[in-house]
Amino acid sequence: MTGCVEPERAWELLVQADHDGELDAAEAAAVVRHVEICPHCAGLQRQFSALSNRLRAEVPMHGASEVLRRRMTARFAAPRRRMGVIAGFGAGAAIAAGLLLTLLPAGADPAEGLVAAHVRALQPGHLIDVPSSDKHTVKPWFDGRLDFAPPVPDLVAAGFTLVGGRLDVIGARPVAVLVYRRGGHDIDVFVWPGEASAPGGTLRGYNLLAWNDHGMAVRAVSDIEPAALRGFMLAWQAVPEDAGQR
Amino acid sequence: MALPHLDAATRLARWMVRDPARAEDVVQEAMLRALTYFSGFRGDNPRAWLLQIVRTTALTRLGQDAGRREDVLEDRAFEALPSAEHNPEARLAGEQEHGLLHRAIAALPGELREILVLREFEDMSYREIAMVTGVPVGTVMSRLFRARRALMQAFGEQPA
Ligand SMILES: [Zn+2]
Repeated sequence: MTGCVEPERAWELLVQADHDGELDAAEAAAVVRHVEICPHCAGLQRQFSALSNRLRAEVPMHGASEVLRRRMTARFAAPRRRMGVIAGFGAGAAIAAGLLLTLLPAGADPAEGLVAAHVRALQPGHLIDVPSSDKHTVKPWFDGRLDFAPPVPDLVAAGFTLVGGRLDVIGARPVAVLVYRRGGHDIDVFVWPGEASAPGGTLRGYNLLAWNDHGMAVRAVSDIEPAALRGFMLAWQAVPEDAGQR
Repeated sequence: MALPHLDAATRLARWMVRDPARAEDVVQEAMLRALTYFSGFRGDNPRAWLLQIVRTTALTRLGQDAGRREDVLEDRAFEALPSAEHNPEARLAGEQEHGLLHRAIAALPGELREILVLREFEDMSYREIAMVTGVPVGTVMSRLFRARRALMQAFGEQPA
């Protein structure tokens, strides 16, 4: 069988990346066009699918044995059980929670309203009242618009860039929204005085996380993967509370 | 309450050391290390971070147990690997799973196998796999390609 009709470009790797969901829409479209004219790459594409299907269907996916799970749970999870929700954890314990403990089920929480606000804000571009990557611009902007001052931590070191902020209304209550971005995903962070009651979950394809920050309820909504959102929360919580840091 | 990454950690360890009992030792040691390092953790992906620790632990264990057997395996081509009869680890895996596909994966060089299983069984992105294995994304892509090609060849599905 002859090879790729355009061997000077790495189509084989692009076809693979497409199969793995790693391409953006434009790149994926280019692959679609290429496989129409390249029998080699079209065949490769079919083989990738067939192989992945077989792997997932035929290879047993055993996780930890019951013995190991019990041993690990006894060792790591049990002492933390009394801590209940993520709220109020120290940084270390919160990280432990992120790594070891699943999120507790969401209770009564305005999750629906948060997701709706997030989706609304995404149309057409992300709705931002004060576009700035500088917390010294964003933080004062809320002064006089709200009766509280939301924390605006700098999370660049963790890979999350501040894009700006806006006002929103959740359950007839004005809230501060901070917008952070990473890898093309926007994270809306809703902040208002109160207590976060529900640690998080997934709603209509969006992931939610909630935590408390010195009298503020903080809720993050994003289409970013849950692990990354958890990382965002951990980065937020890791920022020192001293003046000027947030 | 659960340990959400325990299954992923166990699967990776099992694919790496190819022995269920030793894999569980690796996981236990890795979890302990992870707890020890919690205070210093500033990453954004706890699962990748834990699997990275599992991988390092597994490689250390393989080195200790087998006198760098993994390195020896990695230097050989897929076809040149000893058959299951002469490879106790591969035989063990084969006996337990009886799957041709399973045995073909177990016979892959370690550097290809770890990337294949992270992609196909843990559904990790290239970027996450790069984090776990410490190699650039481009290397992830080429190793993944080589791994898949080897499996396709093992099943007589010659690449087009
Ligand atoms: Zn081609």
